[in-house]
Amino acid sequence: MKRSRTLCVALVVLIAVTLVTAQTTKDRPIKIGFMVPLSGGNAQNGRDILNGFLLYLDEIGYLAGGRRIELIVEDDEAIPAVGLTKARKLVERDEVHVMAGVLLSSTGYALAPYIEAMRIPMVYPVVSADDLTQRRRTQWIVRTGWSGSQPNHAFGEYAYHTLGLRTVVTVALDYAFGWESVGGFERTFLAEGGRIRQKIWVPVSVHDFAPYLAQIPRDVDAVYALLLGRSALQFMRQYQEFGLKGRVKLIGGGTTTDEHVLPFMGDEAIGAVTALHYSAALDTPANRAFSQAYRARYKKIPSYYAESMYTGGKWLVAAINAIDGRVEDRAALLEAIRHARPLDLPRGPVELDAYGNPIENVYIRKVERVNGELQNTVIETFPKVSQFWKYVPADYLREPLYAR
Amino acid sequence: MLVAGVLIVGPAFLSAYWIGLLTQIVILAILAMSLDLLLGYTGLPSLGHAGFFGAAAYGVGILSTTYHAGFWASVAGGLVTGIVLAALFGLIVSHVRDVYFLMITLALGMVLWGLSFRWIPVTGGDNGIAGIPRLESQLGLPATGPIPFYYVALLVLAMCGASMIVLVRSPFGLSLRGVRENERRMKSLGFNTWWHCYLSYVLAGAFASVSGVMWAYYNGFVSPTYLDLTASSELFLMVTLGGPATLVGPALGAGAIVLLKNVMSAYTARWLLVLGIVYIVTIMWAPQGLWNLGNRRSG
Repeated sequence: MKRSRTLCVALVVLIAVTLVTAQTTKDRPIKIGFMVPLSGGNAQNGRDILNGFLLYLDEIGYLAGGRRIELIVEDDEAIPAVGLTKARKLVERDEVHVMAGVLLSSTGYALAPYIEAMRIPMVYPVVSADDLTQRRRTQWIVRTGWSGSQPNHAFGEYAYHTLGLRTVVTVALDYAFGWESVGGFERTFLAEGGRIRQKIWVPVSVHDFAPYLAQIPRDVDAVYALLLGRSALQFMRQYQEFGLKGRVKLIGGGTTTDEHVLPFMGDEAIGAVTALHYSAALDTPANRAFSQAYRARYKKIPSYYAESMYTGGKWLVAAINAIDGRVEDRAALLEAIRHARPLDLPRGPVELDAYGNPIENVYIRKVERVNGELQNTVIETFPKVSQFWKYVPADYLREPLYAR
Repeated sequence: MLVAGVLIVGPAFLSAYWIGLLTQIVILAILAMSLDLLLGYTGLPSLGHAGFFGAAAYGVGILSTTYHAGFWASVAGGLVTGIVLAALFGLIVSHVRDVYFLMITLALGMVLWGLSFRWIPVTGGDNGIAGIPRLESQLGLPATGPIPFYYVALLVLAMCGASMIVLVRSPFGLSLRGVRENERRMKSLGFNTWWHCYLSYVLAGAFASVSGVMWAYYNGFVSPTYLDLTASSELFLMVTLGGPATLVGPALGAGAIVLLKNVMSAYTARWLLVLGIVYIVTIMWAPQGLWNLGNRRSG
């Protein structure tokens, strides 16, 4: 009788203990859902973003706020409908606490209503569509990257005053990212007194720039190019073949000479001046450390895509630490992400504005060959650039989004 | 029978994620079956079929967001968009057969894709249109979880499936098969084969539009990827994988591809490789499709 009673008590205690431990969230991992294109034409950029994140998670040993981090990676194939399916999988099946990722604006916009409905915090490290943090902003999405026109506002002024340019022809990819980049540049460049002689739009699937390069008048001060990936490589080569290099100065958006394409370019790229919120050649202790670690691990220069989710990861972890790992409280986590001030970022100091977009440095970079390797040498820094540049946000938002 | 049973009672035991996948399967099954009318029964290989699917989805997207149209107006608008386009394109493509048909439908599909991508003021270009209101709230259904939408989709599938079965068993359906087997003989028997091909093309476009309308409401947004070449060729594969001229086969093909894509990609980043192997194996050992494997009587 007595023995069975002890047994009973022991059993109850045991059950109670298991129940209690099951309830302490400390033992359960923090689940982070992550998605980027890992197959198809955008796979390389997606892979870079993932690499940056993995590098940071390894640095902190997959620990944040005293809890283990479990990373669940999905391939969104750069197709919005697939992205939505994967988001549903991450939220409804894997029950992640927070999400991060996405490369393309189309997927970024497609996910927004779902994320708002599910009330799940999400970090966009790369998607640069202006309106995500402007006219169509959401509550639960925080952008840790940049908006397309942000560096270009600064660049328009720089092109007029420092580079002394007066007339410019633009060559840009014909989709939202191109329009917003050119739109930002045009706005400040025109305001200073510059003139855009012609805007040439090339299809995203462009193979041959000959018909477009032939249209460029030889008497303009500069050509502004906004391209990426294969199109940037092709453009650089043909720009030289058409005898434009050396005659008409080449400037552009940051992706045109970003480190995801720069190692594949030759001397034809030297001298191009572009603007972005990051450069792998940025000479700060934080960036040197990041750049070295990234090179050691992946045997290549970090692109801005790679930096995006290294910083995004650091940002997320800073927020998780700030709430001691209690990620189950989603509203608190969202607040923490919005107010996080991650330190020692490769790209320099960053803070979030009231609209969910970072205020960060914009670097003017010039392609140079250093130690036999092309790099984006930083020649000027615009500190603390907001997505609204020097304009009043309320006035800015009343105007339409940049379009063709 | 077994599949039908799973489709009807399954959701009671499944998590939200799986019901979501089932809903996708059900909607894409309608689309795959609609292409089967063309490809399997009439013998016309279309590589632009996702165009009508996408056009109908855009119809819903534009009407319900830009013009704030009511639910039934949006649905009707989407269907009309798809059907009118099919009726117009049908005039162009019904003259040609075989590889020429393939090329022209491919070209027309690309035209629609180009339109969705470049007609920015209307379609939103690359970014598409988001914010299509939820179907449940518009139909007065409870918006709790994914189950109500699933059953609506299942009902639509049942109706479309039934009408397609009636269609292919009717004298009209039999003469379509006649056109597929030997068009010259059908002509000499006095059949207007052009008219048969045209009707088949428009009907297939109409059922694809139904599917497109459902897809727009399911995702809540539309984008050019709905009607690009990848979408059309994936659809083509659903039909050939499942078994053309069976109707059931393409529906199963849709299910197989959706499941393969979503389940495999969770385990390996090389899921495209697996999908490729599945296609090759099917073509080598079951060229008539999976459904025809156990069911050898030809359709």
